[in-house]
Amino acid sequence: MSDTQVFRIWLKASAEKVWTALTDPEWTAKYAYAAPQFYELKKGGRLYSTATPEMRDYAAANGFEVPDTILDGEVLESDPPRRLVQTWRMLMDPTTAAEPYTMLTYEIEESSPGVQRVTITHETPGAPATAAMIRGNENAGAEGGGGWAWVLSDLKSLLETGKILTEA
Amino acid sequence: MTDDDRVFKALAAPSRRFLLDLLFARDGRTQTEMESELEMTRFGVAKHLKVLEEAGLVVVRRSGREKLHYLNPVPIRQIHDRWIDKYTEKHVATLIDLKRTLEEES
Repeated sequence: MSDTQVFRIWLKASAEKVWTALTDPEWTAKYAYAAPQFYELKKGGRLYSTATPEMRDYAAANGFEVPDTILDGEVLESDPPRRLVQTWRMLMDPTTAAEPYTMLTYEIEESSPGVQRVTITHETPGAPATAAMIRGNENAGAEGGGGWAWVLSDLKSLLETGKILTEA
Repeated sequence: MTDDDRVFKALAAPSRRFLLDLLFARDGRTQTEMESELEMTRFGVAKHLKVLEEAGLVVVRRSGREKLHYLNPVPIRQIHDRWIDKYTEKHVATLIDLKRTLEEES
């Protein structure tokens, strides 16, 4: 495997709606891991994600703790609604938290009227545990979940049908 | 042709599945690198890669003068989710399961 992974999906939605779904905490709390993500959308701005009550309950029931901030990074480039470049580090696990920041690029391009081609490029040099996590497990309910492929599949379901996959 | 039709048509050819196998083993390869693994003309490999790219199964990324090919697992994930995922449990626990697994391994 190379140190770069690429994920692409086509979404029937406006570019603005896709941008909002990726960067607005109310929207990021609606799909995939359902943890809200907070962005300061300017060069040098901070981004972070907080643990959900469900994550806390699950952790408490299983005898370990989750940190308040489960993911962090820095915005390197924000060009709404087309391009977002940021660093990315998962803090929920000590192994990934100890790895260097990885680099994540979102590109939103209109492929035909009303359809956006969304490409995620995630560069993970020196971060093998992070790379394994984002690659995902075929079973989204298994350890680490389904990675970016599952996140994008769930986002598509939310934007195009208004429902996440578990409700479909 | 729908997106699904394109994916299934792309997967229907053994040579194209072999190209995906190559990228699954190690992606970020150039076309030239992949040509040496197949008994096929340069034109044939290019044609198959184009079909895979149009189906969304391969993403081409430029790096300097080179065109690197990456396996995009998202369309296969969507096929999975269409018939399997709705029967699985809610996913909130998944990241925490990862934490536990990695801690047990280390």
